[in-house]
Order: sequence, then structure tokens, then C-alpha cells
Amino acid sequence: MKRSIIKLDNVWKIYRMGHVEVNALQGLNLDIKEGEFVALMGPSGSGKSTAVNMIGCLDVPTKGKVFLEQHDISKLSESELAQIRGRKIGFIFQQFNLVPTLAAIENVMLPMIFQGIPEEARLKKAKELLELVELEDRMRHRPSELSGGQQQRVAIARSLANNPEVILADEPTGNLDSKTGANVLDFLDKLHSEEKKTIIMVTHDANLAKAAERTEFLKDGKIVRTSNNRRSG
Amino acid sequence: MLKDYAIFSLKNLRNRKLRSWLTMIGIFIGIAAVISLIGLGEGLRLAIMSQFGFLGPDVLGVQASGIAFAGPPGSMVATPLSDELAGKIEKINGVEAAFNRYIESSTLEFNNKQDIGIAGSAPEGENRKIFERMLNLRADEGRLLKDGDTKKAVVGNDFKKEDAFGKGIKIGDKILVNDIFFEVVGILEKKGSFIFDRIVMINEKSMIDVLGIDKKKVDVVAVKVKDQNRIVQVKEDIEKLMRRERNVEKGEEDFQVESPQQTLETLNSTLFAVTLFVYIIAGISIAVGGIGIMNTMYTSVLERTKEIGIMKSIGARNSAIFTIFFVESGLLGTVGGIIGIALGMSFAYGISFAGRYLLGSEIIQASVSPFLIIGALIFSFGLGTLFGVLPAYRASKLNPVDSLRSAK
Repeated sequence: MKRSIIKLDNVWKIYRMGHVEVNALQGLNLDIKEGEFVALMGPSGSGKSTAVNMIGCLDVPTKGKVFLEQHDISKLSESELAQIRGRKIGFIFQQFNLVPTLAAIENVMLPMIFQGIPEEARLKKAKELLELVELEDRMRHRPSELSGGQQQRVAIARSLANNPEVILADEPTGNLDSKTGANVLDFLDKLHSEEKKTIIMVTHDANLAKAAERTEFLKDGKIVRTSNNRRSG
Repeated sequence: MLKDYAIFSLKNLRNRKLRSWLTMIGIFIGIAAVISLIGLGEGLRLAIMSQFGFLGPDVLGVQASGIAFAGPPGSMVATPLSDELAGKIEKINGVEAAFNRYIESSTLEFNNKQDIGIAGSAPEGENRKIFERMLNLRADEGRLLKDGDTKKAVVGNDFKKEDAFGKGIKIGDKILVNDIFFEVVGILEKKGSFIFDRIVMINEKSMIDVLGIDKKKVDVVAVKVKDQNRIVQVKEDIEKLMRRERNVEKGEEDFQVESPQQTLETLNSTLFAVTLFVYIIAGISIAVGGIGIMNTMYTSVLERTKEIGIMKSIGARNSAIFTIFFVESGLLGTVGGIIGIALGMSFAYGISFAGRYLLGSEIIQASVSPFLIIGALIFSFGLGTLFGVLPAYRASKLNPVDSLRSAK
């Protein structure tokens, strides 16, 4: 049995909007093991984004527990959470979310700055990562000077900066055409098979979800169905 | 770490060049005003000090005064002091010596060039030594006057230079004072005072006999007090005597008894009031500038909400976000301050330069002390950070989930 890396145990998230309470998550249970490639699917309003926030340690649940490597993070402070997600989780967003004022290489170095890694080591690592995503000739370009696919590859490089165990990709191909989307997916696949990263990908595209070993279907704030894809064997 | 954040902040400021500049204008106008006006004020104070500052604390001057508002200075209708007053003042308890001084503006001519200058009398006999000590007179070249020097003069140090008459005056030269030849026997040491460095000093007797000055119209009675601690008492006694002599009531005096030191203090307090006023105006400007920084920083936080969310999601702690914004506003303040100092100094020195060349006056001098510069720098940095605290705190407290979702 593989080690559990992220485990959501009966997680509830309740938002108050004026006088109305919105139950974004209603007893979500999810267990993601080390080295898995899991797709999270669901229609809009199913609580996907909230689930991503929980998995990514961006938010804490109203009720229930979130375990990251067996540690309960539900009670941690903002700053402690920030420190943990900077080290353990690499984010890839639909809108790339690069810092527009910084060059590609600086964007990749940014997570390492927040972890206090010395400049030389930062630079070396960032170069390696940009080579990995085949952008070594675009290091000094700003996001506005890069295509969508290139920006997303910079974001992939950035997500790997602190060598996290988990890559959390939220609709990573949502803003890309199918060809560049497939290219980005290939990189994720490579990270999974070659770098042995745990990958959690949120998508609403069933075709994309096929790349994963397991797909979890989310509806009304909880998992309603799990399917193992052919690759999991 | 801090260095990385500083570089990051600098990039952000550069990226919003126009706004950064506009924000800094408020700061550097204020700082420039403080630096230039305080610099000039301090220069003015030093210049005035150098005019009279060498007169000791044990000296009093008695002068006739008139109705000042009746016309331009110098045209006052004043009853002149009589030449017998000095003798009477000398008898007052605590007075070491009192003597008449005649000070006359006269035409000077040398090297076929004319100029207006001041001829001042030097007392003779026993008072000469006291007079020389009082003004701390020493000859740079030649000698000082002595009794029996008729048609002989000692001139101020500035006459050595060419700019007065196109040719420097040397010992043995003859100059025309009110169309009468005087032989220059000595040149005074440099005093740094525009009055004493351009004076023509002549013996009292020559002044009256040769230049024909009215002996009965004394300009100043110079008084040397025995004990400087008792100067206030002596001053009051002289005033009492003067009121009796000139037959005026207290409060209606047509004369003044002043000590140069007291005059300086009065001037200082006037200058202080002016300086205070400048401080207040500059303070307002700086406060407005500071609020400008705050406004810019708040706008920046709003604009970069998404960026803050991104940074938080990739591991930035609240303290890191705070530092980035805090350093940014500190930089705005400091850079504004540096520009302000540069502007203020060039303004102050520019004015004093223009004053020297256009007016030929050295009274407009700039003096910007290193303390003022360092103080202004620390102040502007402090200002930037002070007004940056709230926006930076706001930024650091943003919720990562909400800020990631924000449209910008």
C-alpha cells in the first residue's frame, strides 16, 4: 500500500453570502497516494474550485480534516500554510498566473526566494527547469512576450521550483488550443512517469481526464463516482 | 531575502514609471523646499554672524534713531548725538571706555575709478588701544593708524583685490576720499564682513579737520563695559542718562543702545520664526506627499491583488508580501528625498551664486550641512515607510483564494 500524500476526511466548506449559506463542499472524502495521477472532474458549481483550494492548502475547511503527509493542516495559520504549500505543492493554473513584471527565469525563481534559497542555487535550478520545459531560449522574456503554451510551460517550471511532491493543475489546458494543450499534458505526463510526481489535475474535459490513472467525479460538493482508467493496470 | 524583495520592488516601481514619478513629486518638492530654504537661511545667519559676530559680548553701541517709517532707511529725521555724550557715558559705573565714532559714506577714487565707500573714524589717544581690541583690528600689510597720522588711511582687506578699482591697492598708494588724497599706510586683516572689509579708516582728527565732518554730529558712541555680566545694568544706566540728556520720556526714545550680540540674538529669533514658517509649509507639502505615497500604494495593492494571490499560492508568507510593499513605499520616499535634496541644494547654491554675480553681494550664501542632508534622507525614508505601513498590511492580509480569483 502506497503512502497517502493528501487526504481529505469529511471536508465541509460553508460560505456565507449575506444571509445565505452556501455549502460548497459537503463531506468530501478524497485520498491521494504518493505518485498517483488523479483527475478531478465535475460540472461548474460542483465544488471543484473549493476542492482545489483545500487540496492546495490555500484554504482550511469549515469542518473536517485535511492531511498533508499525515499532518493535519486544518488548524495551521496563514503563514504556516504558505510555507508548506511553497515547499510541498506546485500550482499550475488555467490562466498561467505568472507575475507580469518578471522575466520567465525570475518567475521560476520566485517560489525559491520565498523559501530563502540562495541566489546561486536559485539561478541554477531555474535554468535547469526552463531547459526541462524546452524554454532555455526564452529565459529573459516577460510573460507578455510569450505565447500561451510557453507561458504555461514557464508555470510548469515554476511549479517544480521547490521540488514539491504534489503538482496541482487546475484546468491547465483550459486557455490553450488543443495542440498546445496536448503538449502541456505531455509535460505533466512526463513529470508523472519520469519524475514520479503526484499529479492532481482538475478538468471538465473527459478526454484530458483519460491521461490520469484515476478519475474522481465531483457533484454537489462530494465525490459521486470513481473510475480507474486503463493505464492504472 | 531583503535584497531580493528590494530588487522586486524596484522592478515594480520602474514598471509604473509615470505614477512613481508623480508620487515622488510631492515628496521632493517638500524636501527641496526644506533643504533650499534652511540652507539659505543658515547661510544668511552665518553671513550676518560674520558681520558683527567678532564684536565681543562686552560692547554697546549708542545711536540716534528717528521715525523709521518716514522714508527709506538712512533718511530718518534724527537728532544727532552730541560729541560731549561719550565723556558723560564714560563716567557711568561699570563703563571702561566710551568714545565717539564718525561713520561717513564718501566717494572713493583710485586708479581713475570712483566708488562709494564708508569712511570710519578711529579714536585717538588712550581709546585707540581699546578700539583696536574691541574690533580685534590687525594689519595684514603695513601698520594700523597711530596718533598724528594726518591724511593717512588704513583700508579693508577687499581693496587688495582688483575688482574694487580694477587694480589692487598697495601700501603707499594714494586714494581720493571725498576728493582729498590720503596715503594708505596699512591694510586690515580679512574679517569676512562686507562692512569691515571695505572700510577706509581715518583718524578722528583727520576726519574732522581734513574731511570737514561736523564734530558735533556723532554717529555712534562705542561703549566698552568692564564686566560683561553687568552689561544689562550698564545699558539701562546709559538709557537713563540719554533720556535725561535728550529730554525724552521712557517709551519715546529717539536713540538706541544696543549690543551687537543682542542684535544677533534678535536676528536669530527672527530667522528662527522664518525657518519655522518654512518648516510648516514644507511639512504640509511633505504630509501631502506622504498621503500621495499611501494613495499610490493602495492603488498598487488593488491592482496587484491577483499578483499577491499568485505569490501567496507559490509560498509567500504574509511577512514577505508586507516586506515587498513596505520596501516599495520606502523606496518611493527615499528616491523622492534624494531628488529633493539635489534640487534643494542646486536651488540654494544657484541663488547664492546668482546673488554673488548679479548683485555682487556675499550676504546670500548657501550652507547645507551634512546633518541636514542625512536628516532629510532618513526623514524621507521614514515618511515612505510610515505611509506604506497600512497599504502593505492590507496587502499582506489578503486572502489567497479571493485574490487569486480577482479579475486583475
